[in-house]
Amino acid sequence: MSLPNFDQKAGLDRLRMMERIRAFEETACRAAIDEELVLGAIHLSIGQEAVATGIIENLRRDDYILSTHRGHGHTLAKGAQADAMMKELLGREGGCCGGKGGSMHIADFGVRMLGANGVVGANITIAAGAAHGIKLLGGDQIVVCFFGDGASNRGPFLEGVNWAGVFNLPILFVCEDNQYSASTLTSDMTSGSIADRARALGLRTTEADGNDVTTLAATAAEITARIRETGTPEFLMAKTYRISGHTYFDPATYRPEGEAERMQATTCPIARLREALAEAGVSTDELDGLAQEARAEMDRALDAAREAPWPADETAFADVQDIGSPLQEAF
Amino acid sequence: MPVMSYANAAKLAVAEAMRDDPTVWCVGEDLGRGGVFKQYTGLVEEFGPQRISDAPISEAAIMGAAFGAAMAGTRPIVEMRFADFALCATDELVNQIAKARFMFGGQSRAPMVIRKPMGMWRSSAAQHSQSLESWYTHIPGLVVCCPATPQDNYSMMKAAIACDDPVVYLEHKNIWSHEGEVDTTKSVDFGKAALRRSGRDVTLVSWSHTANLCAEAADTLASQGIEAEVLDLRSLWPWDKAAVFDSVRKTGRLLVAHEAVSVAGFGAEVVATVAQNIPMKTLPKRLGSPRGLIAYAPNLEDQMRVTAPMIATAAQDMMENEPA
Ligand SMILES: Cc1ncc(C[n+]2csc(CCOP(=O)(O)OP(=O)(O)O)c2C)c(N)n1
Ligand SMILES: [Mg+2]
Repeated sequence: MSLPNFDQKAGLDRLRMMERIRAFEETACRAAIDEELVLGAIHLSIGQEAVATGIIENLRRDDYILSTHRGHGHTLAKGAQADAMMKELLGREGGCCGGKGGSMHIADFGVRMLGANGVVGANITIAAGAAHGIKLLGGDQIVVCFFGDGASNRGPFLEGVNWAGVFNLPILFVCEDNQYSASTLTSDMTSGSIADRARALGLRTTEADGNDVTTLAATAAEITARIRETGTPEFLMAKTYRISGHTYFDPATYRPEGEAERMQATTCPIARLREALAEAGVSTDELDGLAQEARAEMDRALDAAREAPWPADETAFADVQDIGSPLQEAF
Repeated sequence: MPVMSYANAAKLAVAEAMRDDPTVWCVGEDLGRGGVFKQYTGLVEEFGPQRISDAPISEAAIMGAAFGAAMAGTRPIVEMRFADFALCATDELVNQIAKARFMFGGQSRAPMVIRKPMGMWRSSAAQHSQSLESWYTHIPGLVVCCPATPQDNYSMMKAAIACDDPVVYLEHKNIWSHEGEVDTTKSVDFGKAALRRSGRDVTLVSWSHTANLCAEAADTLASQGIEAEVLDLRSLWPWDKAAVFDSVRKTGRLLVAHEAVSVAGFGAEVVATVAQNIPMKTLPKRLGSPRGLIAYAPNLEDQMRVTAPMIATAAQDMMENEPA
């Protein structure tokens, strides 16, 4: 099915970004499993690349995003360098957090990516606060806060979304609904609908297919333009699916047999976009080329990270605090 | 005697208590699939999803609702997954659970076990690695325990479930797979230290995984002719002052070691209490993490670690630097 006004160039850009996200994570996963180079847990967004790609393409460099433990895609889409991200996953010097945070705390303030978070739901109030700051300073940027379906059951969801409504803040809350909260089917532990919660808090709420990057990008374009113009918060429910386990070492045996394979075959956002582009006349070679380029970029990032030294020992005590710093006062 | 892992020892205690008492139940995220560290594997099959209850990602509600259910006559075991996430339920624990009995003039009890896996574990970085046991020792109303061995994780879990006070139960994430013999007839009282090794030269006091490191350090010290006595406090509130006093009276030297930040750690409490009561041959010492944050990169993470060699070196120093 080709859309009448399908924008081929935009489609290729989106495919390139989604391939980069996929390649980053597959490369990191290989580095973790084959070489034990990645140290802590990594949470993969394989199958969810369209959400980061389709929404963040509508942001300016000076707009802010906040992410979750599953944040590689959002961070890359916001413009962070794969090199620095890969070094962070390997805990090396030159990592975007100096090797202190790892995958779960990835952040690049240079592109206004204010952090992944190890505490589920904690970013929701913080994101509302970032939008509050923009308003106080009279800026025209907006904030996008990504969080999972499971996070909507934490208190900060209510408090943060209410806050944005009360203070009328320029923020888009994106619930990236991949259906699972670790090993739990989120719907088993969720009363009512998450979108209805946002509506009840007074936010204009849109529900979208989070695996159809073309339509999602168009929807997000409208929403973000509206937020920028009115300064009023909105909510977007993006339905997607976590093709991988919760972490790369989770075999996800709690899922019905064949579910992940079936979903991959029918909903994978990369496959869907490739199909649309092929129908629009893009050659398979060109499409494959994008994937190859992405893989080559991530291989280079991994090579660079593998070669990078460990962070200097003394950085362990840097950036804790100024007054009473452990650099000055040991114990 | 059966040999089992630290994780399975606690699981056995939970299962036995649940068989004995139908009011005991567990609640937390992912418990129906065995919990994040597999410390509940198989329990839902035996006890069903009501008593091995899944929960939304709602730490405040898990803690608060379990407390309500405790006041209504059940005995909940609350799983917080990581001690770090329990901070999302701090009001429920500190302002509500710990104070309810007193504030309500003794009308209510909160017989709860609050499990909070703690400590450093494979590059988990600053939000998944903390040892915050001293915080809870500061809160009147709470019992605090930190088992270090499979035996204690069995016996103390049994004691915690039987206890009518709320028990903050801190298991160490790095030792889930440690194996050891477990005597299921053995019971433990809170406030009784375990003598892990006896010796006449220096008293090493610790708890949780660091108690195991102290035992290791004592082996090294023994090869150098220094006889260290190792006391594993096992519970921090109440803690076994009598055993520590007796030991320090004998050795005249006290070294307390723990994984938590040294500043305002529970080691400070132990050292101060002993110093107020027992004359010593040397200045007492505490060994804990620097007041820094736990990083992801291993070389940075390691700088926050208290190791067995560090404990041995500190003890040697105390032997050598004896005032004349
Ligand atoms: C406050 C808190 N509770 C529990 C966890 C453990 N945990 C990490 S990810 C996760 C599942 C989150 O589900 P969801 O919000 O849907 O995000 P997803 O993992 O699906 O991206 C859980 C329970 C945590 N990190 N923080
Ligand atoms: Mg989810």
